[in-house]
Amino acid sequence: MALLLTEEQTMLRDSVRGFLADHGPISQLRRLRDSRDPVGFSRDLWAQFADMGLTGLLVPEAFGGTGLGHVEAGLVMEEIGRNLTPSPFLATALLAASAIARAGSVDQKSTYLPTIASGKLIAAVAVDEGPKHRPHAIEMTAKRHGNGFVLDGAKAMVVDGHAADVMIVAARTSGTAGDKGGITLFLVNPKTAGTAIERTIMVDAHNSARVEFRGVAVDADAVLGDVDQGGDILAGVLNVGRAAVAAELVGVGEEAFSRSIAYLTERTQFGKTIGQFQALQHRAAHLYSELEITRSAVLKALQVLDDDFANATAFVAIAKARAGKSSTLAVQEAVQMHGGMGMTDAFDIGLFMKRARVAQELFGDFNFQAVALAQLKQY
Amino acid sequence: MPDLETFQRDARAWLEANCPPEMRTPPRNEEDRCWGGKRWKFESAAQRTWLERMVAKGWTVPEWPTAYGGGGLSREEAKVLRAEMRSLGCRSPLDSFGIWMLGPALLKYGSEEQKRHYLPQITRGEIRWCQGYSEPNAGSDLASLQTKAEDKGDHFLINGQKIWTSYADKADWIFCLVRTDPAAKKHEGISFLLFDMTSQGVSTKPILLISGKSPFCETFFDNVKVPKNQLVGTLNKGWDIAKYLLTHERDMIGSMGDGGANRPLGQVAAQSLGTTAAGELADPMLRADIAHFEIDEAAFRMTMERAGDMMKAGQGNPAFSSVLKYYGTELNKRRHELLMSAGGTDALEWESDRSHNGARARNWLRTKANSIEGGTSEVQLNIVAKRILGLPDA
Ligand SMILES: Cc1cc2nc3c(=O)[nH]c(=O)nc-3n(C[C@H](O)[C@H](O)[C@H](O)COP(=O)(O)OP(=O)(O)OC[C@H]3O[C@@H](n4cnc5c(N)ncnc54)[C@H](O)[C@@H]3O)c2cc1C
Repeated sequence: MALLLTEEQTMLRDSVRGFLADHGPISQLRRLRDSRDPVGFSRDLWAQFADMGLTGLLVPEAFGGTGLGHVEAGLVMEEIGRNLTPSPFLATALLAASAIARAGSVDQKSTYLPTIASGKLIAAVAVDEGPKHRPHAIEMTAKRHGNGFVLDGAKAMVVDGHAADVMIVAARTSGTAGDKGGITLFLVNPKTAGTAIERTIMVDAHNSARVEFRGVAVDADAVLGDVDQGGDILAGVLNVGRAAVAAELVGVGEEAFSRSIAYLTERTQFGKTIGQFQALQHRAAHLYSELEITRSAVLKALQVLDDDFANATAFVAIAKARAGKSSTLAVQEAVQMHGGMGMTDAFDIGLFMKRARVAQELFGDFNFQAVALAQLKQY
Repeated sequence: MPDLETFQRDARAWLEANCPPEMRTPPRNEEDRCWGGKRWKFESAAQRTWLERMVAKGWTVPEWPTAYGGGGLSREEAKVLRAEMRSLGCRSPLDSFGIWMLGPALLKYGSEEQKRHYLPQITRGEIRWCQGYSEPNAGSDLASLQTKAEDKGDHFLINGQKIWTSYADKADWIFCLVRTDPAAKKHEGISFLLFDMTSQGVSTKPILLISGKSPFCETFFDNVKVPKNQLVGTLNKGWDIAKYLLTHERDMIGSMGDGGANRPLGQVAAQSLGTTAAGELADPMLRADIAHFEIDEAAFRMTMERAGDMMKAGQGNPAFSSVLKYYGTELNKRRHELLMSAGGTDALEWESDRSHNGARARNWLRTKANSIEGGTSEVQLNIVAKRILGLPDA
């Protein structure tokens, strides 16, 4: 298969690009941020996502979705990155939909997938507990109680946690923090007694929450997949998340870069456009190279997720690592090349820097991915 | 694509049956590679057999037309063949400037007669070519070259000097940039000539490199006569050919950054430094550096793949070869820095059998030229800034 978009994929990208530029531009993020919007994304926009079939992108057609693949998901994420559009797309349409479609019982699928596809259900995935992404370090426990389980523990960095109608929660049913096995996934209604949700306003004005579970009782049928086997499901879901965020970072980095190039050809100092200075030309050319090389790695990872899901981990680690690194460089150079202008809130560049910082942390930063790769390659 | 699967099966079976085991280890140095030419001495019977078998298949140049001795493979098939060769660890049967540089230029700009004459010799490794571009005062500013070719009716008369001519003392023929119109603007008076290095008036003088080897020369032309039919393309339009050839040279040099059939760095380092009880490389900082490097190397390899696919789909920008050249050579330098670091003082031995006469150190030093030869990294960045990003001239 060629490492290029197919014609259909190019058409999808173009239509999403036009759609988000019109309906989910940066001004929307500003409005949500400045008004401290209680939801943190536009429900109208989400309804439009549903009309376009994007909410059910990973939902099989049998459950009301469009059954497209990860490359398509990445295209949408890239445009989200370009426009810094806050949306439940990542947590609901990708993470939750993927987890339920891959591991859910027939009942669970029929309960959740059609409502995700129709845009009616907002979902969140709660994995990490500390400040860094450590999926095996889960301490939260789920103890058997009667017919079901009781959950105790606390989660951090739960994207869209405060707006979610359902949460997929990773808890330990056996073993201790650090063990790969012994993790179980639960579908939890956040209104269940004992659940406390604190929305955390983040640096990038995108949604996140801390969630506490104190003796939260759930039924046995809340288990997603098999007891103690959640680690494997989670590994797949996290790969989807990493590749998706990598694609978002491609959009963030490239948009920051193209704005910088535009500025280099506009701004004059010393009687020259600043783009004539070789010091800046070389940095721009280097950055371009970094971004192009990342683009290849991200597309590759998305293609491998479509073709060989179980063996995608190394590709995904490479993609997320590259995306974190090159987009970080892109936003840093962008601020620097814009001079004082780049430091102002009125100017958009800083918003790209903030989002890149958050996306770098989501589902594992550069170092996390590098360690994962070294482990896979056994050195 | 069932055809491609059949091709893959057949290619693999053929390679397994025909690639001698000695040719399935990575080349340790430049001598382990087969460069061909009239004076080539095969290092081993296996090297000769491997070349002959690949020549018979046309697979020294898998994508060239069969009419000129190529394999006539599609890009997809060639990709599969390369992947199979990589996975079996097969060495390249023939490396040459003819394959990497002159061939593509002749395919585009040569006359039919020139193609039929020169290309098959290249595919069979019969003629070894060298590249007469750089001069003492024309390096990055190549178009200011001064070697002149005067029109003497039935031939050109060449006078001047080239420098850094790789393997000029081993090559049979040279492809050479000469000034045919001294009055024209610098890019407009250049022509592209081919001639025999045994012609009267050609002499070479090797230059010693920091690696302790002399793979390149000063090359002098003193009243060298070159028949007119050895001009490629149009008189005074040689710069277009020169640039086109450079994009191929850059792709080739850049492709060294993909790691090829090299042993994984993690393994090399673990062998010399050992591992912890957890199976991790004993030097945690080097482990991190290697992982960072491998991320970039893998992503670079994917970019070469994507760039090829884009070219084929007509979406490519020719200046993209400057990205590959720049990034690939910087990567290759990084790889060799890591190899030196992994080897510690063992890698510093220069003259022992144990070190194969300092192979690792010499290779490390050789890679420093990667970001100079074929146009420096700075020149590649200039090209990217102008031709891809559209930034203004200084
Ligand atoms: C191992 C090796 C093999 C070679 N083989 C061949 C061969 O077979 N045939 C052949 O013809 N040539 C060959 N070359 C020559 C090679 O192409 C030149 O060395 C190269 O183009 C640089 O030219 P220069 O050495 O004159 O350096 P210079 O052009 O003098 O450059 C010196 C420094 O100045 C920088 N610089 C120059 N111009 C600019 C600019 N505009 N902006 C920013 N920085 C700039 C360069 O990047 C470099 O860092 C070989 C070189 C090496 C090292």
